[in-house]
Amino acid sequence: MQNNIVIEDKGLQYVGASRIEGPLVVVERVRDVGYDEIVEIIDSAGRPRFGRVLDISDKQAVVQVLEGTTGLSNKNIRARFLGESFRLPVSRHMLGRVFDGLGRPADGGPAPLSAELRDVNGMPINPYARRYPREFIQTGLSAIDGMNALVRGQKLPIFSGNGLPHDRLSAQIMRQARLLEEEVEFSMVFAAMGVKHDVAEFFIRNFRESGALARAVMFFSLADAPSVERLLTPRVALTLAEHLAFDCGQHVLVLLTDMTNYCESLREVGTARGEIPGRKGYPGYLYSDLASIYERAGRIEGSPGSITQMAILTMPADDISHPVPDLTGYITEGQIVLDRDLFQRGVYPPIAGLPSLSRLMKDGVGKGYTREDHPILASQLFACYAYVKRVRGLADVIGEEELSALDKQYLKFGEAFEMRFLRQGEYENRSIETTLELGWDVLSTLPRDELHRVSDALLDQYYRESKDVVCEVSV
Amino acid sequence: MATAYKVTEPVAIRISGPIVTAIGMHAAQMYEVVQVGELGLVGEVVRMIGDQATIQVYEDTTMLKPGAPIQRTGAPLSVWLGPGLVGNIYDGIQRPLPGIQAHSGAWIRRGEKVDSLDTEKKWTFEPVASVGDNMMPGQAIGRVVETPLVNHLIMIPPELHGKIKRIVKKGEYSILEPVAVIEDEYGTHEITMMHRWPVRLPRPIRERLRIVQPLITGQRIIDTFFPIGKGGAAAIPGGFGTGKTITQHQLAKWSDADIIVFIGCGERGNEMTEVLREFPELTDPRSGRPLMERTILIANTSNMPVAAREVSIYTGITIAEYYRDMGLNVAVFADSTSRWAEALRELAARLEEMPAEEGFPASLPTRLAQFYERGGAVTTLSGKPASVSIVGAVSPPGGDFSEPVTQHTRRFIRCFWALDTELANARHYPSIHWLHSYSEYAEDVSPWWQKQAPDWTDLRTEALTLLQREDRLQQIVKLVGPDVLPDSQRLILFVAEIIKDGFLTQSAFDENDMYCTPEKQITLMRLILNFYRRGRDLIQAGVPLVRIRQLSCVPQIIRAKTAFGNKELEKIAELEKAAMEEMDGLAREYNIKEGTVICKTT
Ligand SMILES: Nc1ncnc2c1ncn2[C@@H]1O[C@H](COP(=O)(O)OP(=O)(O)OP(=O)(O)O)[C@@H](O)[C@H]1O
Ligand SMILES: [Mg+2]
Repeated sequence: MQNNIVIEDKGLQYVGASRIEGPLVVVERVRDVGYDEIVEIIDSAGRPRFGRVLDISDKQAVVQVLEGTTGLSNKNIRARFLGESFRLPVSRHMLGRVFDGLGRPADGGPAPLSAELRDVNGMPINPYARRYPREFIQTGLSAIDGMNALVRGQKLPIFSGNGLPHDRLSAQIMRQARLLEEEVEFSMVFAAMGVKHDVAEFFIRNFRESGALARAVMFFSLADAPSVERLLTPRVALTLAEHLAFDCGQHVLVLLTDMTNYCESLREVGTARGEIPGRKGYPGYLYSDLASIYERAGRIEGSPGSITQMAILTMPADDISHPVPDLTGYITEGQIVLDRDLFQRGVYPPIAGLPSLSRLMKDGVGKGYTREDHPILASQLFACYAYVKRVRGLADVIGEEELSALDKQYLKFGEAFEMRFLRQGEYENRSIETTLELGWDVLSTLPRDELHRVSDALLDQYYRESKDVVCEVSV
Repeated sequence: MATAYKVTEPVAIRISGPIVTAIGMHAAQMYEVVQVGELGLVGEVVRMIGDQATIQVYEDTTMLKPGAPIQRTGAPLSVWLGPGLVGNIYDGIQRPLPGIQAHSGAWIRRGEKVDSLDTEKKWTFEPVASVGDNMMPGQAIGRVVETPLVNHLIMIPPELHGKIKRIVKKGEYSILEPVAVIEDEYGTHEITMMHRWPVRLPRPIRERLRIVQPLITGQRIIDTFFPIGKGGAAAIPGGFGTGKTITQHQLAKWSDADIIVFIGCGERGNEMTEVLREFPELTDPRSGRPLMERTILIANTSNMPVAAREVSIYTGITIAEYYRDMGLNVAVFADSTSRWAEALRELAARLEEMPAEEGFPASLPTRLAQFYERGGAVTTLSGKPASVSIVGAVSPPGGDFSEPVTQHTRRFIRCFWALDTELANARHYPSIHWLHSYSEYAEDVSPWWQKQAPDWTDLRTEALTLLQREDRLQQIVKLVGPDVLPDSQRLILFVAEIIKDGFLTQSAFDENDMYCTPEKQITLMRLILNFYRRGRDLIQAGVPLVRIRQLSCVPQIIRAKTAFGNKELEKIAELEKAAMEEMDGLAREYNIKEGTVICKTT
């Protein structure tokens, strides 16, 4: 039997691999190695790369190399098994710092001092120990606050497309997000997977300008980093977020971008392992894998902190039924969908009226949270806007002139809704009152009788009878 | 497989995610529970080849190593059945989540060992049988008031029978203390208030019954148009965000079942938290008691181990069968069966089984059938009528119903509530599409409804017909606009909108509307249809549609569902009277003679 073990001062090392394929390295005859154990693969130049064990038997270990297998050769590599799963040192002093995708300093600073090491896979939160998210977060954007309100502890992703302004939008949200009552500031954890340098730059600049840099931690696994590394980046970021939220009691806003890149890395590893691919080649366990990331949001009993999660993903070919947005939507608590058509018509933020949804809105708005009329106003706006969409479809067929007077009024309402309510400036921060008043303004372009969802009492209070309040639409 | 370990003790030789291969497992049984490694992770044997066993582990296997010891338990995966289940919340393998929290805080660690039921707690046991009585399997020997809503019968376990040799007096006992001793041909057996039952084995019944009772859910589109019977099985498929969970929550809250088992299977943690927070505060409309007093929750959320997700469905249904055996009507909600099917797929892939459609194992249809077959209206072993109704959510990828889980599920259910993304986007909730949904129970339960209202079948048929005609008319409108249609047909479009806004949509969050009694459902339906019938006659007699549209009763009819509570039906009657008077006014204005208007106002 050939012996591939060498003892060095660093411990047991195995020399050579029987197979290298894609991001995977197979090491034979290993002993005392655990599933998901972290491995250092040392290349011929002596440079170590992190990997982890995906499958372990008494004969061999299948190692996924997180920093890529480029330049590795069967004969010359050495594998050192570190006897533990991947852990991140966590500390509140990591705020204000920039790290790479695996949590190592990338800003030239020293490694953070920390006695706390956390398994990056985290542990599931006991549903019995969760606290239900309730507090309204004002983002200052009418499309979100008025129609798809975000609450503290929610996971609400942004479904975008290439070239759409998801970066500007999420930067605006991070700049403006605040709670109505308390003057607490959010800590920000930012994880970039496979995005380009200029995007990273954009966010750093934004954090700096808004003065949030000291409250932010950034993890970058940029486009030129090995793609498997990305599989750990969101987990590393969330591990720190959990520490900040549940050990230090902070309110943490986590931004993950771009989850589509993450999923592609997952597909790559699956393919290399020869797994049976599911839809569009993504592994069958994509749902569970994404859930293990997205479910790391919320609030728990006994801790004042919270994790609010916004994941950005780009829908390939703007297709919302693509597995990545589809499975994300099945896990998150709603979605903000960006619409190319609105964007091309000059509407920023181009937040699609109908497919966007915040499922926790009902628990964070209304009496005692924002204002009593908020839920009904949103519901009526949605209903009327849905009708606008139908009328527009009809107008395309029979021509606008042929529409009934009422339908024409709906078209006007649609314009007002998009141009006055949805559209706003990148640095315009609207209070929730402004948003609600604006909502009633545009609703009042419709006859009172059309507003079936609103009770008479609320109509008496908010419906603008005199038509002169109705705003002129400027396009 | 040759191995480096020369041992006869069972040890692990391979770990791949939740699948562990072990040797030294001769004489282990299929589905036997084992404990893996130093932490004693719970697992189940799912394949045996020689002395090698494949084990599906219900907990995270990180840092588990080949060579890890395996402890056999000799018993298949079983649940504890006895007082204390109601009001509790469990993970997929029946570990109580409150117990886990008390033990290790907010996070679920590995190797947690907490008893499924409180073994210390004393329950007041009241005997209902006496020494000398001959007991058949499933017969009650005593009862315990488990909650004010649940009279828990202590039964002879299904595999036992015999003569009572001893039985305790009324008093306080824990679930492990013997409360009776029975004797059969093999000897004596102690009976405790708790017994165990293997989750993968259906509990026996005497016979299956025809379904005749509706499960009243308080949801108009369901009860009136697509009813489910007590003991029936329904599927609720829909893309993300279309309302599967909310609808199931609504049903779990308001259904007239005695026991609710809600299985959160691979879904969100917050949704279970929401149930835990809401149910104790909501009161059952029939008894006035908190809903939690009849509810049992199984929560194996999406981030909890996938193998435990697979088993959570069986844990839930076994508990449901147990309460059914007491003669109760139980309703089981599984959210979502697709996540369960995906767990099957994931485990099958790890077991390197040959995949069938879209990677699902070839056994998927069989497994689905076995699950839905565990529901039904039955006569219990002890001769009582009882039922288990099952409502399964289906989450088809991309919202496309042609995928395997939706398609196979359709074969085993008789009630299909098709959720529609477009309706949901338009905030038409519940987004159950009236043209794509069906219920084969409608016939079975119509005698019950006829008793409430002799005209029920007519109302239902007339409303459904209107909606179907509207759909056809809309095709025309889409091509050429509404103007070409005569007023009589545009009235149909108008009334269909009223049916949608005033009847089909029902907010889960509106105090007055979240639960709608059968009486209110009938009253609202009649209100709208009488408006239609009268309007039709007016139009026939020459009144233009615009005048009918402008009647001041129209917005009121649409808002009646929320404006009036279940106990204010007389106000709806008043509204109907006012509406008819308004229409009479129109008739007079257009000089329509009395008698031309043929519509009755009931
Ligand atoms: N009957 C209803 N009344 C009011 N709102 C509803 C109703 N049904 C659904 N909704 C709205 O739709 C949202 C999504 O519903 P729900 O969470 O039930 O979707 P789902 O089909 O379970 O989605 P997923 O598959 O992602 O779990 C809710 O948050 C709520 O805002
Ligand atoms: Mg759901």
